[in-house]
Amino acid sequence: MLLLIDQVFIQLGIAFVGALLFWRLLLNIYVLLVTQTARQKSFIDKINRCLPQTQCGQCGYEGCRPYAKAIANGDAINRCPPGGNETILKLAQLANEPLARLDPAHGNIAPLLVAVIREDECIGCTKCIVACPVDAIIGGPKLMHTVIESECTGCDLCVDPCPVDCIDMINSTDKSIPTWTLPTTSGALATQLEAGS
Amino acid sequence: MSTDSAFKLNDIKLRPHRIFGGIKPPAFKSSSMRSRIMPSPIPERLILSLRQHQGSAALPLVNVGDMVLKYQLIAAADQESALNLHAPTSGKIVAIESALIPSQLQQSEMCIHLQPDNKDNAIALNEISDYRAKTNADLVALVKQAGICGLGGAGYPTANKLKASIDIEAELLIINAAECEPYITADEALLREFAKEVVSGAEILQKICLASRCIIAIEKNKKEAVSALAAALNNSSISLVQLPAKYPAGGEKQIVQGVTGLEVPSGGYPPDIGVLVQNVGTAYAVHQAIVEGKPCISRITTLTGAPLQTPKNFSVLIGTPVSFLFEVCGIEEEQLTGAIVGGSIMGVELADLQAPVVKTTNCLIAKSTQEFPEAGKEQACIRCGFCADVCPAKLLPQQLYAYARSCNRDELESHGLFDCIECGACAYVCPSNIPLVQYYRASKQSFAKQLKQEEKSLYWQSRFQTHQYRLKKNQEDKLSQRKTKKNQAEV
Repeated sequence: MLLLIDQVFIQLGIAFVGALLFWRLLLNIYVLLVTQTARQKSFIDKINRCLPQTQCGQCGYEGCRPYAKAIANGDAINRCPPGGNETILKLAQLANEPLARLDPAHGNIAPLLVAVIREDECIGCTKCIVACPVDAIIGGPKLMHTVIESECTGCDLCVDPCPVDCIDMINSTDKSIPTWTLPTTSGALATQLEAGS
Repeated sequence: MSTDSAFKLNDIKLRPHRIFGGIKPPAFKSSSMRSRIMPSPIPERLILSLRQHQGSAALPLVNVGDMVLKYQLIAAADQESALNLHAPTSGKIVAIESALIPSQLQQSEMCIHLQPDNKDNAIALNEISDYRAKTNADLVALVKQAGICGLGGAGYPTANKLKASIDIEAELLIINAAECEPYITADEALLREFAKEVVSGAEILQKICLASRCIIAIEKNKKEAVSALAAALNNSSISLVQLPAKYPAGGEKQIVQGVTGLEVPSGGYPPDIGVLVQNVGTAYAVHQAIVEGKPCISRITTLTGAPLQTPKNFSVLIGTPVSFLFEVCGIEEEQLTGAIVGGSIMGVELADLQAPVVKTTNCLIAKSTQEFPEAGKEQACIRCGFCADVCPAKLLPQQLYAYARSCNRDELESHGLFDCIECGACAYVCPSNIPLVQYYRASKQSFAKQLKQEEKSLYWQSRFQTHQYRLKKNQEDKLSQRKTKKNQAEV
């Protein structure tokens, strides 16, 4: 009789420990999944921070964050023309991938411009407003539209939809930063450098 | 102010202290000090830039064709960093278009072009007989209204500086009369003739910023200015500190060190240790604005250089073209090889002589080949270390130069590029003729651009997120509307 009670206790004990271990395992799997998705997310954020955030879609994705997600999943790092070589360099270091030249299929490196609407030609069709990824264009149906310069990323997406071609891409008029250039090396030093190289 | 430095500041005896580094270039001040300050004649056209300093542009209040009177407000500061602009004389607005202005930026700005009618009709001025009866906020508003900026060169709006110093409860006001650049004599001439007015301006500034002590700091070798000041300072609580002549003793951070012995912390400004620094020219402009009710429409500018027959200091109307001033001084065209705005060390080459005087133009030098021979060819850095000896900010210029060449942002930052005051002492002593300051300016600017781009990126990112959120919400709203309509139809 005593033996039987003992056995029941032992079996109960084993079952208890088993259940505990099982729970522990489930918890481990859960924690692993959560941390991995969090890590993945912060990795995407890091990549996203390297991108210029023009939201121009030249990479083939809807915006910069979707492209960052694609890079995290193994897409090529050389598809961002506005970011240029600097962005490629940063991405290569971050994603631990070899350096590559910008893929010409996605565009060429060019300085950032801003969109300007020739206001007397605008017919108020609102198509550019819909196209703008950062809501930088204001205006109502059949009323003149205009671009808020400080908001414009120069993504070029409003130019194509315009039925009357009244949008120009121009150099920014922001002059808050003075323009100094590095001195051009001349004279003796230049010859020394040339001889050195 | 309750920090340790302020406690120290009140106990400190104000006397000449040693400043780091510095150079002693030969002075060329006597020629422009020979004659008295002369009011410049009215030119045929005044070009008034909407941006008189490195801040934002003012908003024009006049149209082409309008007649304006002297002292009339013609462009208003609609932003914190902008300056009010007043008509220097009466006349007609003939154009509002862009023109080159002499600043470090060397770029065109929108300018109001005024054609004087030579009648000089003025609007009535609000003279204040007793400014002591006014509140400080009123006085700051008056200074802002008068469009006064730092007339020593940097041109930071004086009203903003005063507000900031009230906030931090500045304990010491230094009126900077050091003027260490070899050619500039504008402050010295001003003190020689208008010492009383300067002292009155200093007293007003002291009242506004609530500083317990006020001193005027001047270089020892300016004898006439010192004696005029000493006479004007009789029966005044303001004292005089005579500094040894050394370049750049007149730098804002250097003068704080020269007077108190305290060093302005890296990345900081004098208000961080409870000190407010104002130029003597600014004090004079404040006196004119408050006591006489006159807005800032003119300034003292030194005209000097070998090609000028009569170099002198002018009380010049803002907007007067440089070429007109040169003609008044009798220019010898065949000698002239160009013009420098600012001093011979820190100044920049003027691209076009038609450019106008702005509020920060303290000196115009007519260049000639004897005085300014072509700079020697740039050679490799031999790491002699002369530059490190003279750097007033205690930096290592040769290291900065190497990192500027290799565009190494991290190293430049850790070597204190942003503490460089661009005084040019390093380039002055460099035996290899390296234009060091130009490298630092270019590096600073490329950083500023990068930082701005990063800021913009962050902003655009948030804009994109809100945009996507808006689209999603619109979609959901549409769906739910459709659902409710469907339900209503079924009922």
